[in-house]
Amino acid sequence: METIILFAPLVGALLCGFGWKVIGETAAQWVATGLLFLSALLSWIAFFSFEGVTEHITVLRFIESGSLATEWAIRMDRLTAIMLIVITTVSSLVHLYSFGYMAHDPQWKDGESYKPRFFAYLSFFTFAMLALVTSDNLVQMFFGWEGVGVASYLLIGFYYRKPSANAAAIKAFVVNRVGDFGFALGIFCLFFLTDSIDFNTIFSEASTLAETQVSFLWAEWNAANLVAFLLFIGAMGKSAQLLLHTWLPDAMEGPTPVSALIHAATMVTAGVFLVCRMSPIMEFAPEATAFITVLGATTAFFAATVGLVQTDIKRVIAYSTCSQLGYMFVAAGVGMYSAAMFHLFTHAFFKAMLFLGAGSVIHAMHHEQDMMNYGGLRKKIPYTFWAMMIGTLAITGVGIPLTHIGFAGFLSKDAIIESAWAGGSSYGFWLLVIAAAMTSFYSWRLIFLTFYGTPRGDKHTHEHAHESPMVMLIPLGVLSLGAIFAGMIWYNAFFGHTDRVAQFYGIPLAGAETEQVAHGETAAADGEQAEHGGDAGHGEDATHGGEHHAAFGGNPGDGALYFAPDNHVLDDAHAAPVWVKVSPFIAMLLGLGLAVWFYLVNPSLPRRLAEQQQPLYLFLKNKWYFDELYNVVFVRPALGIGRLFWKRGDGSIIDGFLNGVAMGIVPFFTRLAGRAQSGYIFTYAFWMVLGIAALVTWMSIGGSN
Amino acid sequence: MIQADLNVILPEIVLAAFAMLALVGAVYTGKDKTAPAIVWATGILMLGLAVWIGTRGTATTVAFNGMFIDDSFARFAKVAILLSAASVLVMSQEYMQRRGILRFEYPLLVALAAVGMMMMVSAGDLMSLYMGLELQSLALYVVASLRRDSLKSTEAGLKYFVLGALSSGLLLYGASLVYGYSGTTLFSGIIQTAVHGEVSLGLLFGLIFLISGLAFKVSAVPFHMWTPDVYEGSPTPVTAFFATAPKVAAMGLFARLMHDAFGAAVSDWSQVIALIAVASMFLGAVAAIGQTDIKRLMAYSSIAHMGFALMGLAAGTELGVQAMLIYMAIYATMNVGTFAFILTMERDGAPVTDIRALNQYARRQPGRALAMLILMFSLAGVPPMLGFFGKFYVLRAAYEAGLGWLAVAGVVASVIGAFYYLRIVYYMYFGEEGHEIEANGSPVLWGFLMASAAVMLLGVINMFGVEGAAAAAAATLVN
Repeated sequence: METIILFAPLVGALLCGFGWKVIGETAAQWVATGLLFLSALLSWIAFFSFEGVTEHITVLRFIESGSLATEWAIRMDRLTAIMLIVITTVSSLVHLYSFGYMAHDPQWKDGESYKPRFFAYLSFFTFAMLALVTSDNLVQMFFGWEGVGVASYLLIGFYYRKPSANAAAIKAFVVNRVGDFGFALGIFCLFFLTDSIDFNTIFSEASTLAETQVSFLWAEWNAANLVAFLLFIGAMGKSAQLLLHTWLPDAMEGPTPVSALIHAATMVTAGVFLVCRMSPIMEFAPEATAFITVLGATTAFFAATVGLVQTDIKRVIAYSTCSQLGYMFVAAGVGMYSAAMFHLFTHAFFKAMLFLGAGSVIHAMHHEQDMMNYGGLRKKIPYTFWAMMIGTLAITGVGIPLTHIGFAGFLSKDAIIESAWAGGSSYGFWLLVIAAAMTSFYSWRLIFLTFYGTPRGDKHTHEHAHESPMVMLIPLGVLSLGAIFAGMIWYNAFFGHTDRVAQFYGIPLAGAETEQVAHGETAAADGEQAEHGGDAGHGEDATHGGEHHAAFGGNPGDGALYFAPDNHVLDDAHAAPVWVKVSPFIAMLLGLGLAVWFYLVNPSLPRRLAEQQQPLYLFLKNKWYFDELYNVVFVRPALGIGRLFWKRGDGSIIDGFLNGVAMGIVPFFTRLAGRAQSGYIFTYAFWMVLGIAALVTWMSIGGSN
Repeated sequence: MIQADLNVILPEIVLAAFAMLALVGAVYTGKDKTAPAIVWATGILMLGLAVWIGTRGTATTVAFNGMFIDDSFARFAKVAILLSAASVLVMSQEYMQRRGILRFEYPLLVALAAVGMMMMVSAGDLMSLYMGLELQSLALYVVASLRRDSLKSTEAGLKYFVLGALSSGLLLYGASLVYGYSGTTLFSGIIQTAVHGEVSLGLLFGLIFLISGLAFKVSAVPFHMWTPDVYEGSPTPVTAFFATAPKVAAMGLFARLMHDAFGAAVSDWSQVIALIAVASMFLGAVAAIGQTDIKRLMAYSSIAHMGFALMGLAAGTELGVQAMLIYMAIYATMNVGTFAFILTMERDGAPVTDIRALNQYARRQPGRALAMLILMFSLAGVPPMLGFFGKFYVLRAAYEAGLGWLAVAGVVASVIGAFYYLRIVYYMYFGEEGHEIEANGSPVLWGFLMASAAVMLLGVINMFGVEGAAAAAAATLVN
């Protein structure tokens, strides 16, 4: 079944991409979409029937070279199962949505075929992403990692007639290369240290790594820290964390369904997945995880500030994605991988929905993306409005404080903020709370600017604004279910009490072995076990759902995640004070209030504020000048060096040398050889005698030694 | 005893007896009218002999007190010789008949030359070596000047004869020196005298002269001068023959002599051969650039290819011999295909050999042009054609034998050489519209061209088993 899940999208991509001329355009699209729905259905079955025991399903022999021997295998554990449903669900809905969105693209002339290509790319992306999350070793993961990179490149640059789209595609590719370099170094480093790339072997050696020193560049490093850090660099690139985030907003040049699928729900979360997957290593790398926390929090804050002032509807959501990814990294950084996965899971639903909703708005407004030209669209596109509303309620975290009732984002984001507090990172905690307020502000700003107020911009466009077709609304409906309920349904599994989380991820509880023995033993053994259970925190009361003092146990690699014995973040988070628990809610209300005041009550205020605080406004509007900075620091020098090598190195030296040889020296010898070929026998005989004389001389003088 | 000896050389006897009987028979019956039938009969007989020899088992047998050796190496070479000779014969029948130069002596001379070649690769003594060599050479001198009324053809035959005589003289002189210093003409005896470090200068001189004589036969630099003139002057089918079977035979003899007689002094001859190989590769590559006549071009091409084959020999290892055999098998196949193409080039019934006549050939004959393209790429050694693997093998052999510089030189030479192969392709596909040439010729030629091109592509999979056979052959020679 897992094999079908993995390869159905590939088959779809091949059939659709290469076979559409045979089976026709529409049929090709349906083939790709149908296979993805099959994949999604099987994924949900796999998710619900998954028992918690890690399975390895071998597909083929992969690499055999020296001591590097590995198989292409599917690693089926809870982490994989979660990713499977996220990817296939969003992907199949995006496929469906694309039928409507891509129906009449103004980028193409009549009669030009672009749809099968689009669907094939989407399916190929899905395959690569599935290959990434099902991987059983690092190289397989790297294959998927690069595969999604290629697919992302192709899809960002899908409108290849637009120079800006091409530039954005190249930018995404190049910036990711920086991250991938770190990732590759991390893989090399792990292979160097453990002589294996299989997760099982690596995880079982994790504790040894923590005690190993390795010299890299100029210094000695702790191996676990170094590896974790290098892998995180890879994650930074893919997940658009600060310093390597510049490509994500530009990636919005791609068609909107692509933004929903790749740049919101799936690919950009690959970095979070990587960190969670490598949790056995991360647990032994305190410095690296501290760095992850700080960087994640900073990203969340930075992206939220930039999101405040953007006017392009897709860019606002893009920065919002960037910010939310920062949240996930904070959770992973403080050791609460489960919360990171929780937010990844819920975020996929509401962010994909926001993007698809934005796509619906853009579709309605004839590809107008500037929110300044929207306004008052609530009546024109009611379904889209409600979908966006649900998405906004979810992302801003609306729910009833101190209970587990609320939209998906309410539960998962609060889980992260509590974890950040419990993980002892006050920097992370405060930044995230502030970011939550800003999230609320810019999300509501988007809603108010788009759907409320008076229509702005081109009058003609507004008059012709129309609701999207059914194929676009159905995905919105399905995703809104996820945005509302995903948090409430799976709260306990992701962020409930330790034993629930442990059961969900298949992590053994501390002292589980003694418990198993105890069940087969006499009452005396039971008593002993109960005694033991007092401090180890498990036992009958735990299984009966009474007192929850269970602790994670097992060795690295036993379950889908690994929590070190001293990792108490989950329990501490549950025991957080009330002010911590309600802080994100208050922040949300604050943001909402400000947004209402700015955009409904007093719409002229933002402009005046922007004029008043001109430098700050420009600073944010220009995204903290990262692009400009990189342009000066990296791009220009790189171009300069490139030009030097091209003009001087390649042009003058290499071409010059080769041209000299090819046009000067070789023809000279050719003429010489032609002249020697006189046609007279005596010349020929003379050459033969000369030759033999030379050989004999050479042999007798020195050649024989 | 004699019975057993005769049994060993039975294939050679059969072919020789057939040639003589057919000669007598044709003289007393229809003379030239019987020629087509004899061509086909000879071709089929050679094919049959090739199958027979190829399935004769793996035993090594020695006959006539060690003068004749029948082992895997000899059998590999003989199969290659017989198959290429048969192919060329069959290809030439229609061409020569249309031009009235198909004499009944032609197939019989080819058959006798083949007997000489089979003798060469089986030689276990300097005398049987010389006998085989001369039998082959005399037959070749005659077929080179087959077109007696053509100035160029007679000139080619004469040049070949005079220079061939010179080279035979050198070879004989070398043989006598070797005999003088080792006291025997048997290879198995020489090898006991010629142990590395103890090789007397006289023996070394003898070795050099022997190498020179053989280098002439494989047309290696600086004993190559006859090649372009003879290739150009001879009738095209004869040129095709020159380019294939005799080269295989001479390379086989070369390897046989070096390893059987001087196998204990590899380092002494390896450098000489390496030198010759480098010179051949570069001269073949550089000089061919100036050629516009496709037959002369193929002459230089074969010089360059012999350089590569010699590189395998220069390695002096088992892998080297294996590489050389594989290279020669691939080379012969490529040349059969290429000459099958050249034989079809004509305008108004007259053969054309100017490569510029191929301008825009692809537009008129897309199938043939594509086949020729594959062959040219293969000759140039572009992957994934088979020609690349031949080069790859010899380069690897040279590199592993410690001759890294030789391998590098080989790569550089093959880059230079690629120019003229690709130029033919360029003319065919992108050339200017000029005088059209027709693609006449029988389906036989078309079949050989296509089959050869197909082999270049499909052979990549497992080389049709040649790899294993060559390895076995090399193993019996080098030990």
